[in-house]
Order: sequence, then structure tokens, then C-alpha cells
Amino acid sequence: MPEWIITIVKILVIVFGFVMGVASLLTLVGDRKQSAKIQNRIGPNRATLFGLDIQFFKNLGISHFIADGIKMVLKENTIPNGANKFLHGLAPSLVFLPGLFGWAVIPFMDTYCTGDITVLANYQEVCSGEEKRYFQIMHMEVGLLYAFAITAISVYGAAIAGWASNNKYSLIGGLRSSAQMISYEVAIGLSLAGVILVYGTLDLNEMVRMQGHQMWGIVPMWGVFVQPVAFFMFFLAGMAETKRAPFDVPEGESEIVAGYITEYSSMKFGVMQLGEYAATVFIGSLVAIMFFGGWQVPFLYGDGFHFGTPTGTPDVAVPYALIVLLRIGSMVIKTLFFVWLQFMMRWTLPRFRYDQIMTLGWKILLPLGLANLVITALLSAIF
Amino acid sequence: MARTINVVPQERVPKTFWEKSYVPEIMRGLAVTIRQFGRNTFSRKENRDTFTIEYPESGTSHYPERYRGRHRLMLREDGQVRCVACMCCSTICPANCIHIEAGEHDDPTVEKYPAVFVIDELRCIVCGLCVEACPCDAIRMDTGVHMQPRFDRTTAFHARDEMMSRGGLSLATKGGRDAVNEDYTW
Ligand code: SF4
Ligand code: SF4
Repeated sequence: MPEWIITIVKILVIVFGFVMGVASLLTLVGDRKQSAKIQNRIGPNRATLFGLDIQFFKNLGISHFIADGIKMVLKENTIPNGANKFLHGLAPSLVFLPGLFGWAVIPFMDTYCTGDITVLANYQEVCSGEEKRYFQIMHMEVGLLYAFAITAISVYGAAIAGWASNNKYSLIGGLRSSAQMISYEVAIGLSLAGVILVYGTLDLNEMVRMQGHQMWGIVPMWGVFVQPVAFFMFFLAGMAETKRAPFDVPEGESEIVAGYITEYSSMKFGVMQLGEYAATVFIGSLVAIMFFGGWQVPFLYGDGFHFGTPTGTPDVAVPYALIVLLRIGSMVIKTLFFVWLQFMMRWTLPRFRYDQIMTLGWKILLPLGLANLVITALLSAIF
Repeated sequence: MARTINVVPQERVPKTFWEKSYVPEIMRGLAVTIRQFGRNTFSRKENRDTFTIEYPESGTSHYPERYRGRHRLMLREDGQVRCVACMCCSTICPANCIHIEAGEHDDPTVEKYPAVFVIDELRCIVCGLCVEACPCDAIRMDTGVHMQPRFDRTTAFHARDEMMSRGGLSLATKGGRDAVNEDYTW
């Protein structure tokens, strides 16, 4: 098969199948059902699906979800008087697309090995055949920088949306969101500096491979064990980046209506909302990759399970196809778990005040990140 | 004369270091929501904390005794409608949704009866004032039946006979004595 067909299939499966699927399902499962469960309610369970009175579908609330989508598409698209039509139309895609572009560098599995795999005593997997990148859309040595460069662009989307709407509330919302995102970019970057020092690479797949190593033969070298402070910082700042509660100051019913989304209707509004969900999934996958071993399953290597130092033959041999499936499943489950956790946080915490967000970003996370970086640098220089 | 303002200084609970750092407090909050999430998702139905009541599957037994449901017209001993078409209810009705046309009754002691008695449920705000206003215990809202959503507006007009079919015997006399009527159970 030619390379470009494989790439298109990868894009279709990962971006449109996985990301869009999860992001749009989150409007139902995350926002409606999960919040209902936490707040001792039931959530949508009445509407039937195409008149089919099946209790299972009614309980899941599928038809609410479908109705949402249809409603978004069919609603009238209004552009306020005095708005800049071109920018007003452009902004939603600028908010939305970065959340999808970032997925180009997310590895769902190690490179696919056409030959045999031997695991060395230092936990490295050596492939005798050709290594094919079937599970990562684009291989990039500086994948991490790319991911953040791309997500940083969504600041423009929010700011332009706020400005182009010709509405004071929108403008303030746009300003707030750009201020918030820029502040937290700094915290995110600094929290990851420590991680980059430890793994010594910017390649996300390489980073995940490093996390297959074991410390003292039992603890996998996951980011959360070697860089716990960075994990907390990244998770916090990442949540702030997605502009969801408790960091949702760009929107505020009582002060600035819906912030920079105020003047948007129909699918433009839908796309902006979907962008936030997609960003949530993206942050979830980054946390999984950098701090929880990405596609690694503990003790599972290229030829099977190794407990203790690998000795050439695996303790429990596992066929390669199963390993591939296990690893993809591991990555997907970890991602979904952190999406779930972000929603849990969302339904747990009250929202921050604007000054508190800035205090947290600049006075707490930034010094903490610097301290973490210095200590990590010292430790890695000593050992 | 100078005004004096009394100020009561409030004792503030000083925050400990860990409270200020938010981390343990957020963990505690998360533990609560996760526990609730788990209990309401994975445990058996009867162990859940859900307090949503699923009407109509779960019935109406949880409604308080004075819950205002759909109207009914009470009956005399001989099965005739008790209403004497005095127009008290349609006068007081804030939504103007009771329409009565009086007819002459055969019995000279009764004088009038409602030839037409229609309540427009689409406009009714379920305030219960009609019940309070009625001097004859002729209209009641104690059926416990929900006002229901419907697909067709015409079905929302409750005519006299339909409300009488929900009605029961009432032997109330002046002053409300004997007004209790036990034959309607819901
Ligand atoms: S309940 Fe209130 S609104 Fe409804 S018919 Fe009686 S008086 Fe009118
Ligand atoms: S229901 Fe009662 S208040 Fe209304 S017209 Fe009849 S007797 Fe009068």
C-alpha cells in the first residue's frame, strides 16, 4: 500500500473515529450522565430512539445526543450587525482545528515491527525487521514542541472570535481567555521541562518507550513516579488550557454571558464547544503519554511479559498481535481515564475567580515549575 | 452628636498550610464526588442515592395528600353533578380557563346545572383557586393524576362528563360537614 493511503486511513481512524467520537460523546456521557450520577440524579432517560421503545437506549439518552447534533446543524446561523464577517466565520475553525492537529504526533502504539523482537537487559526492544509507524500519524523528533505550538494557536481563535463579534462581552471573554491561556502556557512548558530532562527526548514515542524501563526491577519508570510535581502541575495547567470548569472564566453567565462564544449560533457554536471537548481529550492523552506510560502495559514488552530483568526469553510469551491490541487498549483506556478525571474535577470544584486564576498561574505554578526544574536538573546531574 | 457604629469583630478560622495549598482539600472533594459517582453507577438500584422520582412508572404514592392533580366534578347521591353553575370558580380562575354554560335544572330546589363545563388544561395554572371558591364541594383536584403532556390540543379540553367520570360521591352540606369522601383511591 502506498504511504499516503496509510496516512489517510490513520487520520480517519484516529482523528475522526477516536477523537471526534469521544469528544462528541462527551457532551452526552461527560456532561449529562456523569454530572447526573455525581449529583444523585438520573440524567436523560426518557426520549425514545426513532420511536423504538427500548429501555436500554432510553436509559443511555442516545436520542438527546443525536437531537443535539441535528439541532446544531439545522439552527439559523446568525452573524451580528457590525461583526467582521470573515473573521467571525474563521474563528471557530481556529479554535477547533488545533485540537485536532495536535493528534498528529500522538502515538497509540510503538512502531509496528515486521520481524522478531528481542528485549535487552536494559529493557530496550530491538526489532530485527522493518519498523513501520502504523499507529502514529506523523513521526516527528520534536513532537512535544509541535503539540504545544499547535495548541497555543487556539489562543488566536478565542481572541479573534471575541473581537470579530462586535460585542463587549465577547471581547472581554476573548481577552480573558487569551490572558488565561498564555499564563498557563508558561506553567505547562515549565512543568514539562523537568520531564524532558529526565527522558532526554522530545519525541513522544521515544518518551513512552523510556517509560517501559523499570526502577529497581518493579516500578515502571512512568512520569508520575519520577516527576510527581510536574504531573500535578501539568494536569492543573492542562485543565486550565481547555477552558473548562473550574477554569472557565472566559465564560461567565452573570458577568459576560458566554464570553467569546456569545455571538455564535448553530454549528459554529457547536464547533467551539466541540473544540473544548477535543482539547480535553488531547490533554488526557498527553497526560497518559508523559506521565502514565502511554501505550505501555506494565511488564509487557515486545515479546511478552518480563518480571524482573529481561533475560532473552519472556516469562509469559504473548503473540505479537495480542501485544499490539493490549498496547492500543492501554493507551485508549488511560486517555479515557484522564478525560473522566478532568470531568470529575469539573463537577467537584467551584470555579476560580479571575484573580485567583492569575495568582495560581503566575505566583504558584510558575515558581513551583522553576523549583522543580532546578531540583530535577541537580538530581540528574548528580546521578 | 457623633454617631457610633458597633462593629463585632468576627473570629476567622485560620487556614493551615495544607488547606491553603488546596491539594488535600481538592482530594477530599474528589473523593466525595467519586464515591457518589461509583455508588450511583455501579451499585444495585436500591443502594443508590438517586432521589429522582420516575413518574409515571413509580406511581404517585409519593405525592403529598394535598397535591393538586387533574380536576374532577363530584356527584350527588343520584349520580347527578353537584355543580350548580354558580360561576364562582370561573370568576376566580386567574387563567380564565373555566367555561360554564348554565342550564335550568328539572328540580326546582336546585335551580341550575352546568350544561357545558369545560376546563382548558393548556391554560390552567393548577393553582387550586377553583376548588377553594366552590361553595358546593363540586370541583376537586385531589385525583393525584398529573397534568400530562399531549400531542393534540383538542384533548386538553376537559368536558363535564369526562370530569364527572373521575368524580365521586360527595354528601357535603353547608359548612363543609360530611365533605370527606372515601371512594376515590389513588
Ligand atoms: S386550578 Fe386555577 S387555573 Fe386551573 S381551573 Fe382552577 S382556578 Fe383555574
Ligand atoms: S364547580 Fe362549584 S364554583 Fe364552579 S360553578 Fe359549579 S358550583 Fe359553582
